[in-house]
Amino acid sequence: MAIDLHPLTLAKARKDLDSGAYAPLELANAYLANAKSKNKELNAYLEFFEDTAVEDAKRAAEMIKGGKATAITGIPVAVKDNMLIKGKISTSGSKVLTGHRATYDATVIEKLREGGAIILGRTNMDEFAMGSSNETSAYGPVRNPLDPTRVPGGSSGGSAAAVAMDGALASLGSDTGGSIRQPAALCGLVGFKPTYGAVSRYGLMALASSLDQIGPFAKTVEDAEILFEAIRGYDRNDSTSIPNERFPHEKKTKLKIGVPRAFVDMKGIDPDVKKNFDQALDAFKKKGHRVIDVELPYLSYGLPAYYVIMPAEASANLARYDGIRYGYSSKEAGTLMEVYKRSRGEGFGREARRRVLLGTYVLSAGYYDAYYNKAVAVRRIIASDFDRVFKGVDVIATPTSPSPAFRLGEKTDDPIKMYLEDIFTVTANIAGIPGISLPSGTVSRDGKDLPVGLQLMAGRTREDLLFTAAKAFMP
Amino acid sequence: MLSNDDIKHLAQLARISLSQEEEQKLMKDLGGILGYVSEIGKVVTEAGEPSAGELRNVMREDESREGGAYTGSILANAPQCEGKYLKVKQIF
Repeated sequence: MAIDLHPLTLAKARKDLDSGAYAPLELANAYLANAKSKNKELNAYLEFFEDTAVEDAKRAAEMIKGGKATAITGIPVAVKDNMLIKGKISTSGSKVLTGHRATYDATVIEKLREGGAIILGRTNMDEFAMGSSNETSAYGPVRNPLDPTRVPGGSSGGSAAAVAMDGALASLGSDTGGSIRQPAALCGLVGFKPTYGAVSRYGLMALASSLDQIGPFAKTVEDAEILFEAIRGYDRNDSTSIPNERFPHEKKTKLKIGVPRAFVDMKGIDPDVKKNFDQALDAFKKKGHRVIDVELPYLSYGLPAYYVIMPAEASANLARYDGIRYGYSSKEAGTLMEVYKRSRGEGFGREARRRVLLGTYVLSAGYYDAYYNKAVAVRRIIASDFDRVFKGVDVIATPTSPSPAFRLGEKTDDPIKMYLEDIFTVTANIAGIPGISLPSGTVSRDGKDLPVGLQLMAGRTREDLLFTAAKAFMP
Repeated sequence: MLSNDDIKHLAQLARISLSQEEEQKLMKDLGGILGYVSEIGKVVTEAGEPSAGELRNVMREDESREGGAYTGSILANAPQCEGKYLKVKQIF
């Protein structure tokens, strides 16, 4: 029987699998067949795991048969190429990790397997998650399934495109400054970045350790929540993960939604995106929720602080790629120093080299206080600003991204133009709070309707309020 | 503003070889980015110990685990090794 993939949700597929409408392997094969035919143009997947997907599907079928199915059993998912899957190639989108095989499973992969999910393959991404358009991948750009002349966003562009092209029912991405939420917005999906520490980072290749967080892409809020529940949890292998009992579960029907008006009104936002945002706020009001303006005067310093902290941490994290322990090693080198310099110079792409140098600069003697220490102090001010505002509101709303999907090559020449894509999303990473992007309608560009995202953020560990608000907007 | 020598020095610290053309490009790019991030200098921050996050005890029992379980797969990833050793080029 042909399965209609486009309207299918995770929740619906679970019911179908339990009732025997189709088997896990049939569902996986339907997604694999569609993903393979679309992938030639869109380049969302770097590799399909056909062999292990069959094993995963068999295990799922046994779980269903034995009455041991979980909320994700038999669900075909895609995983960003920076999460380790034992025995599989994992490159983080970089040439420097050519041929690198993971020696262990990331905690999220273990949890997907325990839950009985089917991992269809690994998805393309900006190199080491450095980018907002998926154009810095060493394996070619990903194209937006809704308009292949445009980018899908980044850095988790492959995971977003995989779901948007019906090449997976849901997927995992990682978000350091907006890398789940921005591509979700540009591809018309739900993308969720959890509270820092809600999901274990064990086995996630680090970009900036104090900002990175794994989260789901899905078509509905319910699906994103199901996948999040399956991968979350305290992990002794990640000392920054938060014990589960520290997450409250409060039921609320009427919500107070804060809008940082001055920040949203600043120049640089597409007028259509702003109009769309105001319509989203009206939708909340019509449903009986209160929308009030809030003051977050330091929000505009989030992005500059981010572009000090992130490259600083990245330059330290990327020091391990030395041409000696794994991956690419320059054949031309004569001495040890040349092995380091050439392997890194040839193995890293332009954006990675730029950020490592920037990080090296802000951490170097004489500049450390003016840049790194200052940025960390600004980070604390922004975090306490949020704490203050969340005493008065349940969630904060902003657009996810200042513009809809742009064309390939449009922003590659000017790094700052590209960095501004993350202006609304980085603050959640800076403050460690959860943020979600929801499809909020479309704007018209050159005769095409392109999706726009609404971002909601809640206080640290307040996933309960965030999901309540997200479902109020998108039942 | 960064000079060409600054870029060369950073590249040496970061152990990254760069072409001359890229040194020029990076001088411009990093100059622009540093100009942008210098905005944070406008924020009045309190003096004191900067901290990068919440502090809590994350100690666990010091248990031994089975040794050598990963040696083979880790070494298989190395560009060059000899027996159980990573092999490197001469140091000087």
